[in-house]
Parts: sequence; structure tokens; C-alpha cells
Amino acid sequence: MTEYGKPQTQPGAVADAWQPLRGLTRARIGLGRSGNAQRTTDVLAFQAAHAQARDAVHAPLNVQAMEQQLRGAPCLHVQSRAMDRATYLRRPDLGRRLSGNSLHMLRKEAWDVVFVAADGLSSIATQTNAIPVFQAMQPLLHGWRIAPLVIATQSRVALGDEIAQAMGASMVVMMIGERPGLSVADSLGIYLTYAPYVGCPDSSRNCLSNIHAHGMTIPAGASKLAWLMQEARRLGLTGVGLKDAAPDQLAGSNTLSLHDKDTDA
Amino acid sequence: MGYRHGLGGETYHFPDLKTLLAVASSVRSGDQLAGLAAQSDAQRMAARYALADVPLRSFIQTALVPYEEDEVTRLIVDTHDHKAFALIAHMTVGEFRDWLLSHEADTAALARIAPGITPEMAAAVSKLMRNQDLISVARKIRVITSFRNTIGLPGCLSSRLQPNHPTDDLKGIAASTLDGLLYGMGDAVIGINPATDSVANGLALLDMLDQARQLYDIPTQTCVLTHVTNTLEIMNRGGAVDLVFQSVAGTQKANEGFGVNLAILQEAYDAALALGRGTVGQNVMYFETGQGAALSAGAHHGIDQQTVEARAYAVARAFNPLLVNTVVGFIGPEYLYDGKQVIRAGLEDHFCAKLMGVPMGCDACYTNHAEVDQDDMDNLMTLLGVAGITFLIGVPGADDIMLNYQSLSFHDILTLRNMLGARPAPEFAAWLERMGLYDSLTNHMRPLELGQTQLARLVGAA
Repeated sequence: MTEYGKPQTQPGAVADAWQPLRGLTRARIGLGRSGNAQRTTDVLAFQAAHAQARDAVHAPLNVQAMEQQLRGAPCLHVQSRAMDRATYLRRPDLGRRLSGNSLHMLRKEAWDVVFVAADGLSSIATQTNAIPVFQAMQPLLHGWRIAPLVIATQSRVALGDEIAQAMGASMVVMMIGERPGLSVADSLGIYLTYAPYVGCPDSSRNCLSNIHAHGMTIPAGASKLAWLMQEARRLGLTGVGLKDAAPDQLAGSNTLSLHDKDTDA
Repeated sequence: MGYRHGLGGETYHFPDLKTLLAVASSVRSGDQLAGLAAQSDAQRMAARYALADVPLRSFIQTALVPYEEDEVTRLIVDTHDHKAFALIAHMTVGEFRDWLLSHEADTAALARIAPGITPEMAAAVSKLMRNQDLISVARKIRVITSFRNTIGLPGCLSSRLQPNHPTDDLKGIAASTLDGLLYGMGDAVIGINPATDSVANGLALLDMLDQARQLYDIPTQTCVLTHVTNTLEIMNRGGAVDLVFQSVAGTQKANEGFGVNLAILQEAYDAALALGRGTVGQNVMYFETGQGAALSAGAHHGIDQQTVEARAYAVARAFNPLLVNTVVGFIGPEYLYDGKQVIRAGLEDHFCAKLMGVPMGCDACYTNHAEVDQDDMDNLMTLLGVAGITFLIGVPGADDIMLNYQSLSFHDILTLRNMLGARPAPEFAAWLERMGLYDSLTNHMRPLELGQTQLARLVGAA
């Protein structure tokens, strides 16, 4: 089986004129057709990919394995008020608030930033990418007071606001699994929010999305994030007001579209 | 005062109009999430009975969000066409439904009343309509717009070609664009959702799209769906902006969540008009909407998600858009839980927008955490096609590799065009024919190999 049903030239198939173009994009281009319809192999590949993506939504985050990845660095594990996956999917409001126990566990100190690794809609994305992003940020943030990593389960983006408030952090970097697509199930999104508070609007965030092996690389994402964080600190804000003036598109999107993936999803 | 109706020996009471509208709505998870949904099927039916007796005038007299608090309400009230409304002013919601379905309510009559219909009236009557009613009335309505081609003519079904790429790679986007053009897609717009929402990136993408369009003299329009403030800056820097895009919602506060207000939209509208880039017409705006947007921004003011969605069409209508589409299944299962809810919402959105005179298309789509699959999309696109949808969105193989969701494939839209005998916009169809891609006699796209079309240069030029 191909990775997430991605159409690839089958062994023995004749390479067609589209083959060089398929190196430019993972989109399902040049499928061919029978009449107007997709061919059987492509229909089955699509359905198989959909089946795998649906399974990815429901896989739980392996918190223990993430703690091991940190190799002794301190971390905390918090949960939202959504007690299980079914509740999480129907009640985004619960996924944005800390459970009572988790809130009590967090102590207020003075941090410049807290990083949160949250399962979101793809624990695979978080499992694969969150700690490498966290580690890549360390050398880029000289002199910053960085709080211990917080691992959050059944979490939405806005859970980071309450975490940062409870811990006394000036900004929050939310690293969260994006809803799995058919071709990519391990895509991480990063949301940066300055001076977050419970109920703060999505327009006050900046977002970097599509961090995965075939999208934005971790070093590229880390360098963009570092720039955004420095600018956020300098300007005292994130979101619409934090424009990307950097020369080489060194910026994230504002979360201002119906197509934002994980603020609510 | 409130509203009441007895059913099965029980009297149901509804304290105000927005409660009545919410309870009368067909089941959807977003209204349940908001705590607005009917508590039982019987309560829902009592609300529908009561709603059927509400005079249309009540919707003029009652602002669901206070006039003083909300610029969308002010827009709806201040621009209401009383003369157009006079034709239906004597009706109740139930009578209005019957009239809409009557033969008397033909294309011309529906066009006359459109400026007199407020979003709340449209939403109210839709709640008394079955799916077939939403389809058959929408089918009678014509909303025609134009820029470099003409959108919305009878017998036409347009499409947005959506060639997204996770890193905005120009050649990757060009490859997907080429694929779509070979299926006759892109007459509504060739529109990219950028992975990076920046001015510099938007300029680069627009430049590539505009060069491709000029290379082949394609009679269509291109768009990078970046934030309106970015598009304003791109226009300032001389970028090739055909259409100004923006997501909009039905309340001032929800629009603030998108970082926009009516003044910013007006500024962008004026700036795009001043460019004068349209050849056939000057509809320069492109909006997206979707049920659940207001609730997700905490800005629904206790209004059900379908009614507040219809208010977004008043925002769109004010700027004479070329295109509007609902992204109906994108928002997720907490707002539209399954295929049944997504299909119903898509039909409602299309009907309400058309009734108000808005050129409505649809991104028939779903995410992988919803109880929806491609069979549901087949149903939705076919129903919308019969209803006369202005355009549908197509992505390669129905799989958007940047936004990570599924829409329709180019194959799907081609299949629908053939099933319905629908054609692309005429200027675009003529171009497809000139390029040897399309046989207008059979309404078939020719299945060409890459080597057989000069369009293949498009990727090298990107």
C-alpha cells in the first residue's frame, strides 16, 4: 500500500507524461479518466486514504513516549475538560478549557514563553514533530525564560491561552496536530499568541501551518517562529497587527479565514 | 409577547423571534453546541407551525442583533428596499413559502423581490422548506455576474480551480492548474488558498497566475485568497489583483474575528474597481461564508447558525460580488455532524443567498473528523447542480493537500456538467474549444495526453 493512499506509479505500469509533474506536487494530478469518471484504482486509493485518515483522528497521544523524547527535560501533562475523543469532537468549548486537576497543577511564575505540545486532531503529528520543534527553538531564543514544555491532551488551540495565564507566561506557542488530510496525516500547526487570556480572539494569533516532512521543514518553521516571537515581543502584540515585513516571506498567516484549520477544529 | 403553538396536547412557548427561528431549524450539531436547538421533534414542529404564521413584516420590525450594536444590522436595515418588499409585505412566512413555489413566482418576479428580502426572512422561510423546495425555488432564480467572462447564465455550471500547494510551490501550483484546465475547470476563478498568508507571497502567486492567464489569453479571473488587508497592500504595490477575496460572517463581532469591517471591504472594493481589469464586467469581489463561523468566533448573539449565516449574504450583497461560496462541510462535525446535515446546510445556503440575489457557489467538502464521505459529496453536488448552483470548487482528485480536506474532483464536476447538460461560462467554453480541449457539440472535454496540448508549457513558464 502506498503512504496514505497517495497515488503512485504502480510497479510495472508505464510511466506517463505526467510523471515529471508529479515530482512538483503531491496533489492527485494526471489521474486519467474513464469517460468523465475516475478509474477504479484511483477510487480505491482515495477511499483507502480516507479510511487511514479517519483512523488517525482517533489514535491517542502517547505522552510517555514524548516524555522519553525529552530526555530528562522537565515537562507537564495537562488535560482539557473533554474527557474522551467523542466528547472532544462535538464539544470544542470543552477542549479549550483545562480540567480542574490540570489547572490546579500549574503554578504561576514569570516566563517569557510557554510551549504547548497538543494532540489536536492528529496525535501522530504532535508525536512526530512537536518535540523536534521545541528543541530547534532553544538555540534561537537566547536569554528567553522558557517554561517547561506542557503536553496537552484532548486539546484545542485556545487551551494554550489558559495554560499561559495559569503559568504567568507572556506568550504561548501552541504546537498542535492539524486535521489529517488524505496525503498527510502528520501535519503540525503552530499558533503564536502574545499576552493570551481565556477568550482571546483568533485574530490575535499568528499561525504557521503544514509543518511536516513534505511541507514546511522544522528548521524553516523554527526560524519563522523565532522571527515572529522577536517581533511579537518588540511590538507587544500578535495577530493582525503583526505584519510580515520580513524580506523573505518570513511570516505566518493570521488566523482570519474560514479555512483556518485547527483553531476550532 | 412571544409566540406559542399547541401540539399533541402541549402548548409550546417561544419568548422571542430568534428563539423561534432556532427551534424551528432542522437538526444540526452547531445549534446543539450553542444550546439553541429544539429539545424534541415535537417542539421543533410547534416552532415551525408558529413560524409559519409570523408576518414577514415582523422581520423588519425586529432586529435580532440591536441596530446600535452591529453594523451588519445597520446595513440590512438601512439598505432595505421597501418598494421591492411591498410586493410580499402582506404575507406570512408560510404564505411566502407557498408563493415562492407557485408558478407566479417566476424568474422575473423573484428578481424583483430580491432587494426586499432580508437575511432573516430568507432563513425563516427556508426553515419551512423541504430539500426539494430549496432546490426548485433556487432553480428559478438567475444571478448573473461578470468580470472576464459571464457567470450564472442558464445552462451553465462554472467551477473554481483550486490548485493549492502546502509550500506554495509555483511549479506545483502550475501543475495542478494545468490538470484542472484540461478538465475545463477554472471559469469562475483560478483561486489559490496560500499556505503563507503574506503580501510578498501573495504578489508572487498572483504574478504567476496572471502570467499563465496572459500566456494563453484565458478569459477568466485569478485570485489569491489572502486577507483583504494584504490584498489592499498588494494593489498598492501594483500586483495583478483581479478579485478581492475575504471570508465574511453575519455579525460585526464575527467579522472582527476575521479582522474585517464594512469600511475595509468598501476600501478594497473601491480600489479593485479603480483597477478596471474586468473586460466583460466589473464584479470584483469574492467572498466565502459558512455556517458555524459566527458561533466559533463567539459572535452569534444567540442566533441559530443558519440564520446568522444568511446575514453574511447581506454583507456580500453590498459589494456586488462576482462570486460567493459557502464552504459548507469545512468547519467540522461540531457544527455540521454528518452527511445529512452538510447536505441540508448546503441547500439552505444556496437557496437563501440566491433568494437575496447573491451569486452563490459551493465548496462541497468535508473533513476527516466528520461523519461524511465522498458519496455524500456526490449527493450534494447533484442536488446543487439541479438547484442551479453558480459554481463548484474542484481540486485534483478531490484531495486538497494544503488545507487537508476533501472537496470535489475535476472528474466530479465534469461528470455533473455532463449529467445535467451544463456548460462552462460561454467565453471560457469558446476558449476551451479554441484550445482543442472541448467539443461543444457533445459538451465533452477531450481526453488529451499532455503532449497533445500546448497548455503543457504552463508549468515550465511558472
